[in-house]
Amino acid sequence: MSKLIRMDHTGHSTLAEWTPGDPAAVEAAVAAFRSELERGYLAMVSTGPGHAEHVRELPLEADLVIMRLPISGG
Amino acid sequence: MASADVLPELAGVHWRRRVDAGQLRLRGRLWTLTMVAHIVPFAGAATLLMMLQPLALPVALVCLAHAWIIPELYAQRGANVLRPRIDPRSRAAAGGPPSPAAAEGRSVGLLGDLVGHEARELHARTGLVLEPGRLGVWLVGEAGAVLLHGPRRVFCYCVKVDPRRPQAAELPSGDRIAHLLLALRSDEAGFATVANLAFAGAPWRLRRRMRAEMRPALQGARAALASRSSRAR
Repeated sequence: MSKLIRMDHTGHSTLAEWTPGDPAAVEAAVAAFRSELERGYLAMVSTGPGHAEHVRELPLEADLVIMRLPISGG
Repeated sequence: MASADVLPELAGVHWRRRVDAGQLRLRGRLWTLTMVAHIVPFAGAATLLMMLQPLALPVALVCLAHAWIIPELYAQRGANVLRPRIDPRSRAAAGGPPSPAAAEGRSVGLLGDLVGHEARELHARTGLVLEPGRLGVWLVGEAGAVLLHGPRRVFCYCVKVDPRRPQAAELPSGDRIAHLLLALRSDEAGFATVANLAFAGAPWRLRRRMRAEMRPALQGARAALASRSSRAR
């Protein structure tokens, strides 16, 4: 089961869960993913120890997709 | 580098040259030169005053105090990047609701899933996450990060979740660190480019100004860097 989560005031919220074989769940996850992108969130996927990747489309095979806010110099 | 590997936030600082090892060395040397330029005139003036008129001792002492305090202030500025910017007590005063313990726990749990056992344990003790990178070894806090680039130079960067986003004020501490960690992991050089350099100098200068509970993290980063260097030989 793959998960789409967003880091927020609750620690994190699960926005969608899906398996690639479940088209309805995938569609809901893609919709939730796009909605978060429109709100200005960025999507990250861990790609191994010490590595992460910024993704612009929901990677259906990923176990965990994390939505984060942009960062800036202080 | 594929565009997917470039930190999107770089678009906001497009005029900055992308950080690399050579640029870090140059910035480190420039920082040292700047410190020398601050110290030498004051120390020189103190010496000259004493040679010309020993009764000018109080003024000479003031000059020496300036020569001492300016580097210390810069080191303090560096150490400040690792301080938790907003603790739960002052979060409400900063415009966000207090972050309940459950949210803190969930955020730390997610952060723990992103790092290894040792980094998790270090974070529990010090509030900082140790992250090896290509440019050196990083210590990531809630509102900044320190890069150990070689055994004799640290770079302290002020960088945080964009405060212009209203959701940023509500984030618990673990999420703040996780935001920085994910950005760092996706594009280390981009992360260092987006961040603002607050201090560059000797690790011992930074250590003296760090909170006591955070110092083991710096020690751990130095050990990680030494271990990597010995493996490379």
